[in-house]
Amino acid sequence: MRNILLIFAFILGTSGLVIAQSHEHSNHATDGATHVEEGHDSPAGHDQGAEAGHEEHAGQADHGHGHCFCDSGEAEEGFEVSSTAFHHIGDANTFHIIGEVYVPLPCILYAPDHGWNVMMASKFDIGHHGTGNLAIDRYVLVHGEVNRIADTSFPMGEISVECVGTEINEEGEAHYVVGYQGNCYHLESKSTLDQGVFGGGITSYYDLSITKNVFTMLLGLVLLFWMFRSVATAYKKRRGEAPRGIQGLMEPIILFIQDEVAKPFLGAKYSKYLPFLLSIFFFILGLNLIGQIPFFPGSANVTGNLGVTMVLALFTFFIVSFSGNKHYWEHIFWMPGVPAWVKIILTPVEVLGIFIKPFTLMLRLFANITAGHIVIMSFVGLIFIFGNSGESLSGAGVGIAASIPLTLFMMAIELLVAFIQAFVFTLLAASYIGAAIEEPHHH
Amino acid sequence: MGGSLTALGLGLAAIGAGIGIGQIGGRAMDAIARQPEAVGDIRANMILTAALVEGAALIAMVLGYIL
Repeated sequence: MRNILLIFAFILGTSGLVIAQSHEHSNHATDGATHVEEGHDSPAGHDQGAEAGHEEHAGQADHGHGHCFCDSGEAEEGFEVSSTAFHHIGDANTFHIIGEVYVPLPCILYAPDHGWNVMMASKFDIGHHGTGNLAIDRYVLVHGEVNRIADTSFPMGEISVECVGTEINEEGEAHYVVGYQGNCYHLESKSTLDQGVFGGGITSYYDLSITKNVFTMLLGLVLLFWMFRSVATAYKKRRGEAPRGIQGLMEPIILFIQDEVAKPFLGAKYSKYLPFLLSIFFFILGLNLIGQIPFFPGSANVTGNLGVTMVLALFTFFIVSFSGNKHYWEHIFWMPGVPAWVKIILTPVEVLGIFIKPFTLMLRLFANITAGHIVIMSFVGLIFIFGNSGESLSGAGVGIAASIPLTLFMMAIELLVAFIQAFVFTLLAASYIGAAIEEPHHH
Repeated sequence: MGGSLTALGLGLAAIGAGIGIGQIGGRAMDAIARQPEAVGDIRANMILTAALVEGAALIAMVLGYIL
């Protein structure tokens, strides 16, 4: 049990660092400003339905060139499902409760040209949609996420910004802009480790905050620590007796992983890898289930974050690589009993396979959890599509009638997926490790 | 790649994975019906194979994002 807890702490610590620097979508500010679009922030259309407030996001209408349109009284606010869904499954520096009530989280920001900024997110004076009314040292809070103004002519300190909007550049990519004294300033999102592959890259600052995902991960750590601690002490105190309380819940699951996953795939040496397998299983399962809770302190999409799943997959990759025996590497680089010309074709395939295995491990968990959440968000979005963003109450009624059964159905499926994906990840990790430590049975 | 082409490719990948996983699930059901006592082994192998097939669709999805 002590091993399990140690590995938990390690996974959480490491993924916390990676997650702080990576996120799936990025509104990366690039040059080439052409069109300036309507601000997200207009108060119009928000009065109908208080809880509808944060579901709405701005439509994008072309307004011309050169400067920001901040007085968006005439704005025709449409509802766009995909951007709303992505905001809700993404990471954030605040925890949204309802309406304009937010739980601020600590922001730890580092810019090479300015140094460290450590503050609570509430300092941004959070308004509509989690967008801050204040810019602090050129940092701006947009939709609960900290962004930074790239332009050095923007003053430092606490500045009240006039509006925050979206801009579409020549390539059709949307990114945020800030209006201040009639000028438009581009916003950069935080640096990511993906080198631009998923739209991120190194920008002018790094975000190491305790974000929504990190907060939920720490919460999961506390919960799991408490559960395993009490189970471990129960086994010590009540040796040889029947399990009781939470022990009775955990024992069948632990035995299931041991007997159905570890023993068949790992053979006699299973006890060496069992702590790792149990750790990733309970870590993924716990955070999947916390992610199912649609309100605070749940709702963070931790296992649907590429940074987290990447760390989990990297653990598997290193354990497989370091525990791989001679026969494992022989079967990759120079497999016996195969003609030489086939070896030339097969070896690159096998070498690629070493990396594709953890890569698909990373993507499978990420894609399954994210896809489930997007589908739920789309079903909830039906209310706002039918209701014309709060304009039509009867339409919203039809939307609610359609949305509730669909959402309930999808959440039931997601509960199933939460267990299956935790199991599949553990099973595949065990099978990869098993293939690496298997002794040869041909001579 | 254009948005609609990506969507088409994703759909094709989903069809492929759907056929594959459908075959696996169907055969597993047949096998369980024939040998109910082996249900544990069959289920574990079914999920493992389905996960591997799914991997192909996932790679297609990511390539759709990147290209």
